[in-house]
Amino acid sequence: MSARVAVLVFPGTNCELDVAAAAERLGGASDLVFHTETSLRGADAVVVPGGFAHGDYLRTGALARFSPVMAAVAEHAAAGGPLVGICNGFQILTEAGLLPGALQKNAGLKFLCQTVTCRVTSTGSVLTKQAELGSELRLPINHFEGAYICDQATLDELRAEDRVVLRYADNPNGSLDDIAGIANQAGNVVGLMPHPERASDPLLGSDDGVVLLASLLGAAADRAVAA
Amino acid sequence: MSTEPLHRALGLTDPELADIVELLGRDPSDLELAMYGVMWSEHCSYKSSKVHLRRLPTEAPWVLVGPGEGAGVIDAGDGLAVALRIESHNHPSAVEPYQGAATGVGGIIRDVFSMGARPIALMDPLFFGPLDDPRSRYLFEHVVAGISGYGNSVGVPTVGGQVVVGDCYRDNPLVNVLCLGLASQHQLVRARAGKAGNLAVLLGSSTGRDGIGGASVLASAGFEEGSEAKRPSVQVGDPFEEKRLIEACLTLLADGLAVGVQDLGAGGLSCAASEIAANSGLGMDVDVARVPRREPHMTSIEVMTSESQERMLAIVEPERLDAVLSICERWDLRGAVVGVVTGTGRFRVLDGGFDAPAGAAAPDVLADVPAGSLGDGPVYTRPAQRPAEQDALAAADPAYELGATFPVGSDLGPELLALLSTPTIADKRWVWEQYDHQLFLNTVVGPGGDATVLRLPGTSRGLALATDGHPRFGRLDPRAGGRLVVLEAARNVACTGAQARALVNCLNFGNPEHAAVMWQFHETVEGMSEACEALSIPVIGGNVSFYNESRGADIDPTPVVGVLGLLDRLEQAPVGAGLAPGHELVLLGTTRTELGGSEWAATVHGLDGGRPPAADLDAARRLHELVRALVAERVVAAVHDCADGGVAVTLAEMAIGGGCGAVVAPEPGLTPAAWCFSESTSRVVVAVDPAQLDAVRARAAAADVPATVIGRTGGSRLVVEGALDVAVDDAADAWRRGLPGLVETR
Repeated sequence: MSARVAVLVFPGTNCELDVAAAAERLGGASDLVFHTETSLRGADAVVVPGGFAHGDYLRTGALARFSPVMAAVAEHAAAGGPLVGICNGFQILTEAGLLPGALQKNAGLKFLCQTVTCRVTSTGSVLTKQAELGSELRLPINHFEGAYICDQATLDELRAEDRVVLRYADNPNGSLDDIAGIANQAGNVVGLMPHPERASDPLLGSDDGVVLLASLLGAAADRAVAA
Repeated sequence: MSTEPLHRALGLTDPELADIVELLGRDPSDLELAMYGVMWSEHCSYKSSKVHLRRLPTEAPWVLVGPGEGAGVIDAGDGLAVALRIESHNHPSAVEPYQGAATGVGGIIRDVFSMGARPIALMDPLFFGPLDDPRSRYLFEHVVAGISGYGNSVGVPTVGGQVVVGDCYRDNPLVNVLCLGLASQHQLVRARAGKAGNLAVLLGSSTGRDGIGGASVLASAGFEEGSEAKRPSVQVGDPFEEKRLIEACLTLLADGLAVGVQDLGAGGLSCAASEIAANSGLGMDVDVARVPRREPHMTSIEVMTSESQERMLAIVEPERLDAVLSICERWDLRGAVVGVVTGTGRFRVLDGGFDAPAGAAAPDVLADVPAGSLGDGPVYTRPAQRPAEQDALAAADPAYELGATFPVGSDLGPELLALLSTPTIADKRWVWEQYDHQLFLNTVVGPGGDATVLRLPGTSRGLALATDGHPRFGRLDPRAGGRLVVLEAARNVACTGAQARALVNCLNFGNPEHAAVMWQFHETVEGMSEACEALSIPVIGGNVSFYNESRGADIDPTPVVGVLGLLDRLEQAPVGAGLAPGHELVLLGTTRTELGGSEWAATVHGLDGGRPPAADLDAARRLHELVRALVAERVVAAVHDCADGGVAVTLAEMAIGGGCGAVVAPEPGLTPAAWCFSESTSRVVVAVDPAQLDAVRARAAAADVPATVIGRTGGSRLVVEGALDVAVDDAADAWRRGLPGLVETR
């Protein structure tokens, strides 16, 4: 049985079909879960995809954390379930307190849609488990608020606990410590600004995101077996 | 206070008022006058252009929906339909660039999904004054920010476009926007009202005072000093509302819950409601009291003509209303029944109680007109006259002066670098990196190439899309300009290996009350028609934007076209323009000394006279078919169209793209400068593996297309013998820094 991935849909989310298609390409089964639902319908993993949940009103991710589905997401994460937030999903996870820090406006004060090089700096997370430490991945970014920021104590902790999973090789947005993605302590919750689903088919220029999505599907499958 | 009569303030002429009085058999009410003012405006009625537009070829076996609907639609095979539309949002963008550009994006998206098609791609051809002028730079940066802010958030990728700089756009930038949508053929719908008794449900935003008079005041009159006073006529966009509107409307249509939907654009509710009723030969009663309002004390005129964004009118059978409202609820969208379809053929606006029980007091009738009369405005054959100065312009051929300035033996390297850094030619990455151009995982070739290539979702085939506009040629000879712009866009599509299948046009012109402008318009449409006929490309939709003028000066005629092509196979990306070492360079087509309207003469040397390149339409057709086949079959290793800046710029862009140099020799019979920078049309450069050279020559000979081996790739320099020798890195630097160097100066 293939791993079941719940892909959340808030009003304003727009990458849900792309994530679902990329997961299915890799043999996963995906299930779109609307933000008003209160159950993840037994999903093995959850992806909060990119977009503009609730129109980015107030602050990116600030309203989405109040959507009914987020209680089930927090429960899933607390139980060790794999949870990945991509781009706006990362912003939502920080607002929901599932990951530390915040994402602020790019240093250039412009929206950036470009393919950048990221280095895998930790393989201790559900997203990077199958990647090679130190390997470089060409991944598209697509954001206005993508500069990671946190206080010094948090940064020290992230470094000490090996929780910075991806770093930009050439920092495009002013992100603190070149951070492109981080994990929680247990490694089951990951947020990243680059879009692995946009790098999942050579026809589109890069399939470097496959190793990340495959890691996530692997973690989901492990969980399905354990359950 | 002005003592101007109301009809003139609303943009209606005295004879138009007389027509309305005759039509109604009485004096119109103020609301009726306001509705006619909007609907009979140039922007909504095409009253000056209609007689000319009939000339355009619009038919082909694969056309499912031609001009006149929300969008044109073609059969894309496998049961799929592709919808395409282009529009201008020039005047709103001149007044308030961010919102003007943003709401242009919003409007065109609604046109496309009103057909039942999901919008999957946007393109934005943009024209500005010189970017060293602070005002033009402000307009440019904020237009790009508006497209980025709205397009990214609404979730439709912007996959290409164009930036052209010219003096005539200083006070009147052109902001055109094209949208492509995809549907299963059985899901296509047209804006129809069904039958009497159906309900008109207004979906989306509440109605406010924004955008009142947008069509009649802003879009259908020129600019004078103090255009800031028109700012209340610019609408404000909300992409989040639009995103929910897209999802809700596509669900309604897919589930068969709505008979039809219609965008509220120019002319607001009056236009949408009367049009959808008249299209079905029916009438409608609208209750103005039921329209959800953004602010108190709005008059019925304001409510009926407001151009508040993100609104759609859905026609719903009464028994399906509950299902419709529950979909609205899911997407947090307002849905209000504001009218009912009638069998009377009249469009009535009531104030309260259109469904009042029998015996209740009759509602106030604010307007009662034949539904079809609003959309059936006057048609003018305006005077057209070739201006006398056209001859002098044509006679001022820049070749003589440039020939004297750059005799044989001159170093043309600095000229090439100057060309590469002009905004029209320079790398547009600064622009398109601000646009999400990858959403939906279809973008195989993104912005920056000859044409954008998208996969056709659910198939192993592809779509190619190019937009082009070339104002300098049209200024010198509008008929030639009309031909050349069609050829250029079609050639760009051919360079991806795609077969051109449809064209949409956005015709940006000056004041139609000027005889010279109407002459330009007539000639341009003739030229486009000739080229479309020669290439068998049907025109499936378009838009006319007149009154692009400021301080009495009309813009140069600027026809913009979008050409859509289909690729039979898309298992890998098309070959692209980048050079690799060890290939032969072959120029397909004929180079003549044609510098009139060229980027080199006009932009670098300020010589803007002469004649545009001659266009042999049959030669173009043969070239396109040859190039399409060579690329589709991957017989060539690289391909790039020759256009702005001539073959020297083409070669430089190919060298930059592949990080590889070339050594070429100019063809005999021309001066080196003419060979490098002439913009003779219907030319393409291909790079060919030596093993394939004979095949390419034979194919070209069979197609009756001249093929000249001009040199070989390799090294790190671009050398045109006897003309220029520049490092590819220096060329790349000039090309990449051109645009950021102009905009990031503060």
